This record gives sequence, C-alpha cells and structure tokens, in this order.
Amino acid sequence: MLNRKDMLGLIDASADEIYEILDTAAKMKKLLKEGNKKLPYLEGSTATILFYENSTRTRTSFELAAKYMGATVVNISAGSSSVAKGETLVDTGKTLDAQKNDFIIIRHPMGGAPYLLAKTVKASVLNAGDGMNEHPTQALLDMLTMKERFGEIEGLKVAILGDIKHSRVAKSNLFGLKKLGAEVRMFAPETLIPKGMDKLGAKLCKSREEAVDGADVVMGLRIQLERQQAGNFPSLAEYADFYGVDDKILSYANPNAIIMHPGPVNRGVELTSSMIDHDRSRIEDQVLSGVAVRMALLFLLQQHRKSLK
Amino acid sequence: MIIRNGKLVLENGVEQKDLLIENGKIVKIADMLPANGEKEIDASGLYVFPGLIDMHVHLREPGFEHKEDIESGSKAAVKGGFTQICCMPNTDPVADNKVVVSYIRHRGEEVGLCKVRPIGAITKGEKGEFLADVGEMKKVGAVAISDDGKTVKNTRLMRLAMEYASGFDMKCLCHCEDIDLANGGVVNEGLNSTVAGLNGIQRAAEDIIIAREICLAESLNVPAHICHVSTHSGVRLIRDAKRAGVKITAETCPHYFALTDDVICDFNTNTKVNPPIREEIDKQAIIEGLKDGTLDCIVTDHAPHHADDKNVEYNLAAFGISGLETSFALTITHLYKTGVLTLPQIADRMSAAPARILNLEGGKIAEGEVADLMIADLDKKWTVDSAKFLSKGKNTPFEGHELYGEVKYTIVDGEVKYNG
Repeated sequence: MLNRKDMLGLIDASADEIYEILDTAAKMKKLLKEGNKKLPYLEGSTATILFYENSTRTRTSFELAAKYMGATVVNISAGSSSVAKGETLVDTGKTLDAQKNDFIIIRHPMGGAPYLLAKTVKASVLNAGDGMNEHPTQALLDMLTMKERFGEIEGLKVAILGDIKHSRVAKSNLFGLKKLGAEVRMFAPETLIPKGMDKLGAKLCKSREEAVDGADVVMGLRIQLERQQAGNFPSLAEYADFYGVDDKILSYANPNAIIMHPGPVNRGVELTSSMIDHDRSRIEDQVLSGVAVRMALLFLLQQHRKSLK
Repeated sequence: MIIRNGKLVLENGVEQKDLLIENGKIVKIADMLPANGEKEIDASGLYVFPGLIDMHVHLREPGFEHKEDIESGSKAAVKGGFTQICCMPNTDPVADNKVVVSYIRHRGEEVGLCKVRPIGAITKGEKGEFLADVGEMKKVGAVAISDDGKTVKNTRLMRLAMEYASGFDMKCLCHCEDIDLANGGVVNEGLNSTVAGLNGIQRAAEDIIIAREICLAESLNVPAHICHVSTHSGVRLIRDAKRAGVKITAETCPHYFALTDDVICDFNTNTKVNPPIREEIDKQAIIEGLKDGTLDCIVTDHAPHHADDKNVEYNLAAFGISGLETSFALTITHLYKTGVLTLPQIADRMSAAPARILNLEGGKIAEGEVADLMIADLDKKWTVDSAKFLSKGKNTPFEGHELYGEVKYTIVDGEVKYNG
C-alpha cells in the first residue's frame, strides 16, 4: 500500500515507495506474461483518462492496466470535450469528482497541472506526463526494466542522451534513479540541457563517448521536430551525427548494456535502426513494463483509498 | 488637527515632536503644542512617516473592474499607508488619451481617499507603433508615460518617446523585457524552473532592455526610469550608469527583496509575477541596491487579479501580485528590523524618492509641506490574511507570513482617510 492519495511525481517519492511499486509491478508483469488479463482488484472502481495531449502508448497502457484489473474506464480527449468549450481544469475536475471517479489519469502540456487537479478532487490523480515537469510512470517502468535485467538499480550507470530540457522522462528518471543509488549521466546539445541538472544529481557529460563509457543502460530520448524549428539545433542530420547513438557509440558501453527509449522513436535520429532492433534493445519490454507499473500503481493507490474508508 | 508625541521620520533622523496641521498643510512642528480645540491624535509610541507614494500600481478601472476598481484600490492604498498612487495605463480602453486619463483622475477625486495620479501610455493602445498624445495627457493630469507590461520593442520609437516626453518634463517608465528572449517564460530560469518543469525567463531578457534604456538616456541626455528591477545584473547596470552620470532612476518591489524563487516549486500561481521572483544572489543585490541608493524607490507593482485568473494551470495564470496592503510591513520586516535601512531611508525610498522622480507634492515632513502623513506601529506583529484585504485582488504570495509594522492612520491633505 502506498500512503498517498496521488502519484504526481517522483520528486517526493521515497526509495521505499519506489521499491514497493517496482516489487508489485514485477508481480503484475508475471501475471501478464502468464496471460492473466482478468484480475479482480479494481472491480467496482472507475478511472477516467483525461488527456490534453496526443498519446498512443501511454493512453492505451493506462487504459489496459485499468481494464485488466476490472475497472470501468472512461476516455476524455481535450479536443472533443467541454475543455474545447473553454472549461477550466478545476471545473472539469469537479465534474469528474461528482461523477464518482476513483482515479483520474491526466496528461497535460503544462507543468504542475496534475497538482492543481489533485488539490481540487477527491479522486486519486495519476500524472501521465505534465509539460516539462514529470512523467513518473515512465520512469518507474524504465526502472522496472533495468531492475529485471540487472537485479539491482543501485550502482548502475545510466546514460540519457537527447532533449533533456523538454523531457519530463529524463527528469523523473533522474529523481527516481538517484534515490535508488544509480549514477545518471546526461548528454545533449547545450541548448537542450536545462539549468541546474547537475545540482539535481546528474553528471553532465561533454561527449557521447564520455556519457556511454562503461554504461549499463543507454537511453535515447525522442527529439521533437519543433525543437529544431525553434532553433535549438540546426538540422536533424547534424543532430544524428553529433548526438545520436549507433553501434560505434554503443561499443563504449558495458558489453551487457541495454538500449532503452520511451518511444516513439525517430529512427536514424536519436537511435539508428540497428540500435532499436538490437538484441539488447529493451524497447518492447519497456512497453510491457509500462502496463505492469500502471497496474501496480492503481492497485496500491486503491489499497490506500480502501484503508481510508 | 494636532498629532501629539509621535516620532517624526524626518529627512535626517527621527525626532519626537508635535505636529500642527491647518488647511491641509503642516503648519508647525514643535514640542508641546498648545491645544487648539481641534481633533488630536495621540501618536505616543508610534512613528509618523510622510505619506507613502507608490509610483507603480494597477487599478484596473476602466475595463477590468472584476479585478479591482479605483475605489477598492484606493481603500487598499490608504490601508497600506499610501497617500498617493500612480496607476499604469493598461486598462481597457488603454489610458493613451486625455479622455481616459481624465476619467481615472476624476474617479480618484470622487472616491476621495488617496491621490490617484494616472500614468499615460507611451504608445497608442500600448501597441508599440505610434506615440500617444503625451502633451494632451499631461494637461489633464498624467504624471508620466509607460507601456508597462510591455517593452516598446522598436528602439527608434523608444528613443523618440524619451526625447519627445522630455520636452514636457515627462519621464518614460520602462518595463524591461526582451520578449523574444523571454519566449513565453513564466518563472525565473534556473534550478527551480528545472525542478518545476516551467518555462524560465533569463535575467538577460530584463538586463538587455535595461541596458538599452540606459544607452538611450545617455545618448539623448534625457532622464528615464527603470521599472521593477529584479536581477542582480540589472542592479549593476544601473549602478554603473548612475556613476557615469546617466539620468537613470529605478524602482524595485517587496517581492524581489523578500522572496526567492523557491516559492514557485509547489505551483502556487500567486508567486507568478513579471519580472519573475529570482534567486538569492538577486535578492541580496536588490537589498544592496536599495541600501546604496542605486535603486531609488520601492513600489508595489500592485497587480490585483480575480481568483479565477489565478486558479488555473501555472502557465495560464495571470502575472501579478496584490501588494498595496503588505508593502510597508514587508519593508519594515525585511529591511528595517534586519538593520538594512534606517527609517529616514525607508521614508525616502517609499515617499520622497517617488515624489522627486515624478515631481509630485509630498514626500517629506516639514513646515509648509502638504499634510500627507502616515502613522504606524512598527512593533505590531500581524499575519497576512488575504481574506482581510480591502483590495479585490487576494493574490499574494505572502499568505500566512508574520510581519511587523501596522498602519494606524493615513492622513491626506490633513484629513484622516484610514484609521486601523
């Protein structure tokens, strides 16, 4: 059981909480692998998925996680709802609360929006990504994938390459991995490294080789085309040439190193196709971990809700 | 009226004397004035300041009366110890012509609490395209011009504005923000913007335009005034310019010397203000700048908003802090009780300096001066509770802060306009 109403970010999660989520998720993943897709834990509960940004992977992952455990699931897209009619987030939250939702899973383009929602509603709020702030379930599923491969997170060297500045994934991973004792290295164009990452515990590297040297995990981050258009770097070709990961760069890593990416990947930009399809690529395993982690979180938050009744 | 036994905060020190007020003027300052049968205020244990002057507020009328109006803003002002306030022109319609400027002035007189001095726009509609009628606005009471909230982006137009306005003895009050560099930011760019995942605004966005206005003022040999300085580097630019003899004056606000951007991390939208609350190094430089006079005055940048404008995502929330009712106490708590400024220095930064910069009456306690006064208990401790604000804007980042310094009386033209 998690002793909290919401899961908004890993910034305030304890190592014990993270371990509890990962342990529960590992059990869920085992059940999934055995083909169990009809679990009773959320029967009688309702989860609303409220997405203000496009998403395929995260949305279906949350939806399946809730459905596999028997919850009633409602999907709302910002474009086709009262949001488009100008309703505020606070008013949307009050409506969802009045409809007796137990969980609201929110993705929003602005940092802090899930905090505002969580303050407003009685339902448990799960952050599915807010602006440049956090994406806690992505980091948890990444950590589950690492833990399953290496047994322990502590002592792992994790290299994160790509658009760190706009990446909620990088930040949630940094918060989580540091708490579990991993070393987190980062490398990106200077325009895509935000201020203070080193003060938050990241080791900022000067080259791909330095970042990847002896690393156990090589994680690419998606580069959005609009960042290039906004002038953060001159071209995708130059990006791939100086910041992408290929076989040569991977050769600097630990021979057992795994390749990860939160998806969707721009093939040939942040990772070459040979990386994505590599036998040490864990990109598809990350997807399965995602469903398991979200099941675990819903389950643990549900336990907490029950304990209050 | 006689004010008895108050400690008068004079230009060069504090003296306990009686004050005789007749026909709205300070007539006599002496020991043990004889009673004259008129009203008396016993100011024993209290301090008498020249009425505070805030040269940078937003009163929202006309156009945004749900946020504030001239009456509610005036009530908040006198409660905060202010006898004169200068209101920015970003109303709807914009105060860029004599009609709107006259309206604001007349509403202020009708309300009849503090003196409301309108500031006209630099450009028509604050659009940065064509100069507003500076002379016409001055004729009906405008005390300065400003496109506050926006920088006049076209440097040549800003040059013409400073030059033209100087012919009317009017100053440009410059909002300094390179809008391209600020790039939609909502907080200071630094560790905390990274922690919160919010778009940051670099110091350089402010400094570049401060430097531009200094260059223009120097090159044209005309005065200019820098609004709400928030950066340590901006303080240095202004200090260097002043040493070089450039006719630059500058203001800052209590939130820049009382807070650091640690307060943004829980996404409290009442901490969202432009320029943003910055870091410890900036806070210390702002304090130093107030001490050595680089920063001439303390203003509130009182920017009241309706709760609906703030109860939204941080990115969508309106910029601004409701400041009139906390400014004096924040100054006493953070600058006087800590030994940074003396009381005469505080009277200068909050009253005499703005009067000097804008050629306003008041600003000092002396025989023959206008009887705009404020009487305060500097040892009274109180807790900020926005529900008790008289301003319609309850948007304060200081909720729950314990502060020293309570305004007991605000006297305008010899009449008590507030008694707390």
